[in-house]
Amino acid sequence: MTSGLDTVRAPKPVSRERRKTASAEELLAVRAVRRADLEQVIAIDASVTGLEKRRYWERVFRRYGLAAAREQRWFVVAVQGERVVGFLIGEVRDWEFGSPPCGWVFAIDVDPHARQQGIGTRLLDEAKARFARAGVSKLRTLLHRDNLLILSFFRSQGLMAGPLIPLEMELGSS
Amino acid sequence: MKLQINTLLALYSVIEFAADPERQVAAAEIADKYGVSPHHLAKVLAQLTHAGIVESVRGVGGGYRFVGNARRLTLMDVIALFEDFSSSTLQRGGGAPALPVDQALGSVLAEIDQTAKATFSSITLATMLGLVRKASPAPAPVSEPS
Repeated sequence: MTSGLDTVRAPKPVSRERRKTASAEELLAVRAVRRADLEQVIAIDASVTGLEKRRYWERVFRRYGLAAAREQRWFVVAVQGERVVGFLIGEVRDWEFGSPPCGWVFAIDVDPHARQQGIGTRLLDEAKARFARAGVSKLRTLLHRDNLLILSFFRSQGLMAGPLIPLEMELGSS
Repeated sequence: MKLQINTLLALYSVIEFAADPERQVAAAEIADKYGVSPHHLAKVLAQLTHAGIVESVRGVGGGYRFVGNARRLTLMDVIALFEDFSSSTLQRGGGAPALPVDQALGSVLAEIDQTAKATFSSITLATMLGLVRKASPAPAPVSEPS
């Protein structure tokens, strides 16, 4: 699953007035996703990627949003009052690609109108805390090299290139 | 991956200036710190000035000052002023046509270039300053007078 990470576009410019209004809203909280949040999650994803993927998000919600704690996978949202302003999906994967258990961030997105408020940082901090509680000491993610917005975000959070190299091929080309 | 000396000088200089945007840093100070000739450095600084990344301040205590946005300016923005990442095509002298081995090697080199470009493009000056701080030795503890 790579939703959000490989398709995020640069945000639309946010006016100073709008940013001020957003920052004046209720305090930001990060919590587990609820069924009632899904419409807003779908809307954020659609506004960023330009594509509404309702059935896909229903499946993601069932797999990650309804997972039991022992399954070590999470779907969390950042909320300002009732408004969902971002989300993150992560999971502890054991021996994926031969590496010891580590925390994977599969998707992260922030409402383009709510950026520059530290929401992505809060979401990632939540993932780090959950991964640490699950006993893993490494966080990984994967995204397209053209996605400089999110690449820069992860870089600013201290992530560096890891030892895994993604490879791919067009089927039927050889 | 090897950067040209001018590119490295530009990166050193910009990082130095961006670490304290209020401070005017003399070119001689940077030349001395990195062991390069002031004349050589002057050409690099002129290019950075022309690109609007630094500005020169004249007069007593003058020097150069960072005027870019450290949270937006990436290493690639600086590197692109001095290096060409546009093509990895291997060309033969005398206009001879490229051989299949040239094309195959070119595609491998292009893969390396694209990865390098993405890496440089994703690291802002602000992130870089954080990495520099992380690499700096911790200050020695101040001992209490007995």
